[in-house]
Amino acid sequence: MTVTPRLTILPDPFRSWFAARGWAPRAHQLALLKLARLGRSALLIAPTGAGKTLAGFLPSLIELAGAQGARGQGLHTLYISPLKALAVDVARNLETPVAQMGLGVRVETRTGDTSASKRQRQRRDPPQILLTTPEQLALLLASADGEHLFATLRRVVLDELHAVVTSKRGDLLSLGLARLRKLAPDMSMVGLSATVRDPDELRRWLVPQRGAGEMAELVVAAPGAPPAIAMLDTRERLPWSGHGASHAIGEIYERIKASRMTLVFVNTRAQAEAVFQQLWHVNEDALPIALHHGSLDAGQRRRVEEAMAAGRLKAVVCTSTLDLGIDWGDVDLVVNVGAPKGASRLLQRIGRANHRLDESSRALLVPANRFEVLECAAAIEAAAEGAQDTPPARTGALDVLCQHVLGMACAAPFLSDDLYEEVISAEPYAHLPRADFDDAVRFVATGGYALQSYDRFAKIKRLQDGSWRIANGKIAQAYRMNVGTIIESDMLKVRLVRGVAAKASRAGAARGSALYAPAKLAPGAQPAPYTGRLTRGGRVLGEIEEYFLETLAPGDTFLFGGEVLALAGIVENEAHVSRAHSDAPKVPSYAGGKFPLSTYLAARVRKLLASPKAWGALPEQVSDWLGLQQEKSLLPPPGKLLVETFPRGGRHYLVAYPFEGRLVHQTLGMLLTRRMERMGLKPLGFVANEYALAVWGLADVGTRAQKALFSMDDLFAQDMLGDDLEEWLQESALMKRTFRNGAIISGLIERRFPGKQKTGRQVTISTDLVYDVLRRHQLDHILLRAAREDAMSGLLDLERLAQMLARVHGQIIHKHLERISPLAVPIMLEIGREPVYGEAQDEILADAAGALVDEAMGG
Amino acid sequence: MTAVTNQTQPVARFAPGGFALHGEAAVADVSGALWLADHGALVVSDLHFEKGSAYAKRGVMLPPYDTAATLARLADVVARYAPRMIVALGDSFHDGGGAARMGEADRAALRGLQAGRDWIWISGNHDPEPPIELGGACAGEMRLGALTLRHEPQAGAAPGEVAGHLHPVARVVSPAGSLRRRCFASDGARCILPAFGAFAGGLNICDAAFAPLFSRAPVVAHVLGRTRIYSVPIMRCLGD
Repeated sequence: MTVTPRLTILPDPFRSWFAARGWAPRAHQLALLKLARLGRSALLIAPTGAGKTLAGFLPSLIELAGAQGARGQGLHTLYISPLKALAVDVARNLETPVAQMGLGVRVETRTGDTSASKRQRQRRDPPQILLTTPEQLALLLASADGEHLFATLRRVVLDELHAVVTSKRGDLLSLGLARLRKLAPDMSMVGLSATVRDPDELRRWLVPQRGAGEMAELVVAAPGAPPAIAMLDTRERLPWSGHGASHAIGEIYERIKASRMTLVFVNTRAQAEAVFQQLWHVNEDALPIALHHGSLDAGQRRRVEEAMAAGRLKAVVCTSTLDLGIDWGDVDLVVNVGAPKGASRLLQRIGRANHRLDESSRALLVPANRFEVLECAAAIEAAAEGAQDTPPARTGALDVLCQHVLGMACAAPFLSDDLYEEVISAEPYAHLPRADFDDAVRFVATGGYALQSYDRFAKIKRLQDGSWRIANGKIAQAYRMNVGTIIESDMLKVRLVRGVAAKASRAGAARGSALYAPAKLAPGAQPAPYTGRLTRGGRVLGEIEEYFLETLAPGDTFLFGGEVLALAGIVENEAHVSRAHSDAPKVPSYAGGKFPLSTYLAARVRKLLASPKAWGALPEQVSDWLGLQQEKSLLPPPGKLLVETFPRGGRHYLVAYPFEGRLVHQTLGMLLTRRMERMGLKPLGFVANEYALAVWGLADVGTRAQKALFSMDDLFAQDMLGDDLEEWLQESALMKRTFRNGAIISGLIERRFPGKQKTGRQVTISTDLVYDVLRRHQLDHILLRAAREDAMSGLLDLERLAQMLARVHGQIIHKHLERISPLAVPIMLEIGREPVYGEAQDEILADAAGALVDEAMGG
Repeated sequence: MTAVTNQTQPVARFAPGGFALHGEAAVADVSGALWLADHGALVVSDLHFEKGSAYAKRGVMLPPYDTAATLARLADVVARYAPRMIVALGDSFHDGGGAARMGEADRAALRGLQAGRDWIWISGNHDPEPPIELGGACAGEMRLGALTLRHEPQAGAAPGEVAGHLHPVARVVSPAGSLRRRCFASDGARCILPAFGAFAGGLNICDAAFAPLFSRAPVVAHVLGRTRIYSVPIMRCLGD
């Protein structure tokens, strides 16, 4: 491969710029350039470090450099990133070549942080290259001057496309792009993506769909050096359950010490807090180790990012907030604590180490328990094969469509026929039935109710020519406040209130840099509970979900920002806390997995279990454990579901091992216990983890099954997804949360803005009440259908449950045992640690009411 | 098993939800209604009829089914107690125009509930002039034996006050999770009813608004469970 022929393809300032750096344009960069010149849209799949961003912008820069004057006026290129920070980072990286080549191209960002005056100016006098987010695009398109602004658009660059398309933000973006194509018919698109399972899904995303599965061109860059992934073979005893990986902290610390800079990825914020805390416990050398996760104060996060970029840190413990794109520094080791959850996710994370293509990224997987060892082993195999398990593309959500319809009405009056044609040209909505579209329009107008009593209050009204226009300016204003698909859980600010404990901790902070070290109490300092008046004087530490705080009582302690905090109380929308010294904080209870175990990896784990020959590669503790299981019970052959029953402590247990992830197991547990109750099997409760499900009760389930009084196949029959499911959905808190999100996204109710809301919750609308009423009166309402579709694929993952039930039908191996099996130990250990699910809700009340009796009896 | 499922028999005094209110026998019903057996009176508060359409007027298209849902729940509890008298304790309509917006089917259902018994609208802050054109009589407050029924509780009121207005809810936490449910709040001298309306929100009984009302005896929250009332001491309840 010679350098010169490639260089000659480039026009001059670019040729000399590349040459001066001793660079040659890469093949994929040139391929994109060629396609752009032909006006073709394309998908670029390239590993980290392959110069993806430059590849995306090179055609625009060359065109703009060559056409100063008329062609160069107005907005030329729109770049859209899922992360605000990424847009800002890319703008910075782009300005360097623009300045060095003296191209005189104006590059600007537009995000939620951009000032109102600058945003206004950008609409009047746009830059040639604008870097922004899906939400800002929606806002621009819904404004009256969107049409004018985008008329000059030639090119759209979509970054991290693989991450965007799996969410409702992707749905919203796809609809915005459909409108953009209409405003600028000659525009071409390029999507930048990491390696995905099915590139064709993304290729369809980039071009208008006209019924034949039209696809953009595909450019695949040469892969980088294969990553070097190892699993920690711990010297310590491997835990049976839990996610904290505390056994391995010392070994992780050694690796951090031996590396230049380490990213320690964990799956949840709670794990991040726990791992960070424990690392500081063993941090004898006072290494600069920092913490980074989504709910820390933005300023704090930025300081950590800057310190990383400047190479001042030795390690950062982080969650998925650092999964994507941004190049924060010279990372040479990625440690993944806990289960990798998916092969593609793991590869993406590993890509954070070493942004040079020709060198291997180094990664260390640290399983936190024995089952996670199996998952890690399966992920390493998958990575070696380059297997991908990114989630499948979505069907566009109806609540997002409702939001978009209102936005389009805000831009200009529309005809239903025209807008429908436009909407179904977007890949996620390509198969949208016309009836659903019409329902969405009706919903936007008057709520879409069978009882049509709101016509006179309609938000969009039909004109004589048949077009829909918004009723008044207030509607457009409400739309702008409500735009976007990210529904934050109700977050409360966490504010440190002054107290005795807070003062004492300042002395402790001297040990490390106050920025990175978790605050510790000076030895011997006695933390006093905070009893004084709650003042607003203290520092805001970050934000935390309201539903988590709802499980705490004042005085309860929890880990946040690397510190043990005690809740003093909740005042309006702030949680007031004081520092507490406690070795056993009440760690957030949602410490399980935030990401579901991918179906692909789950299948690999099942396969690994079924092939004893492969166990040799596993740590001895694990292969011994599996050997013991084979001796005492059995390991399910491929395609079979193992169900064990055994008595223990006066109760009867049923343990199943579907390996389908916690969400699926939880839903399965709810439905199984309902059914068992009807069969007279007297279940009392259940617990689920990523791999298994345990139900306990009073009846001897195993013996009854052996006597053929009922069959396991009936128990796990698919028809549980019928009435049982309906009944449960009605009460499910997850379902209500799903409905609430849909109600906000669709614009049924307004977002609550922090600071704006008043106390008295009796004036706010509870979507739970709306849900109950709607279910009873109009079960086919568009929002109930939207919530159901979300439940199928999202939070409840019913689709996967249905597939699993179909897979195990007639394939159940029941093993009745005299005592607990080795494989059952991990799930049995979770009993008591996790809240009991099922019908226990009213028991909370019964329990509390019992206190009244105690009181009455003088107890 | 509980008294509330028994259709004809008078309610046993200290069955779940039963309590003495200033010497009168009262039952906090699981529906959120207060049953005063000695007077054959059923009291419901804060019905907030037509809250859905009140929001729709402002462009928030809540389902138009709240009035029907509230009436259906009321019909259910009326069938169980067969009261001689129904008292709507104020804020029966969400706003002044509510009665005019009420649909014909809902009006008919309301007439059905009024038939053969007294129906009294107590005025509230949302409906200072209750709609007597929809049937029934109206009053600012009323006495029933030792009890005084009014919409808004008064800080220095004499014992025996039955009021609504505050929409009390209780939050109860146990290791198994957290619940926020509508409740009655009573110290034996006064009772605040939960809101009955389908779309009515709630105010935590630990809120400062309740403090001046209960100074005499310990407050008990009679919390609305799924099938019965649970009486929980206020010390076991948490703020939001």
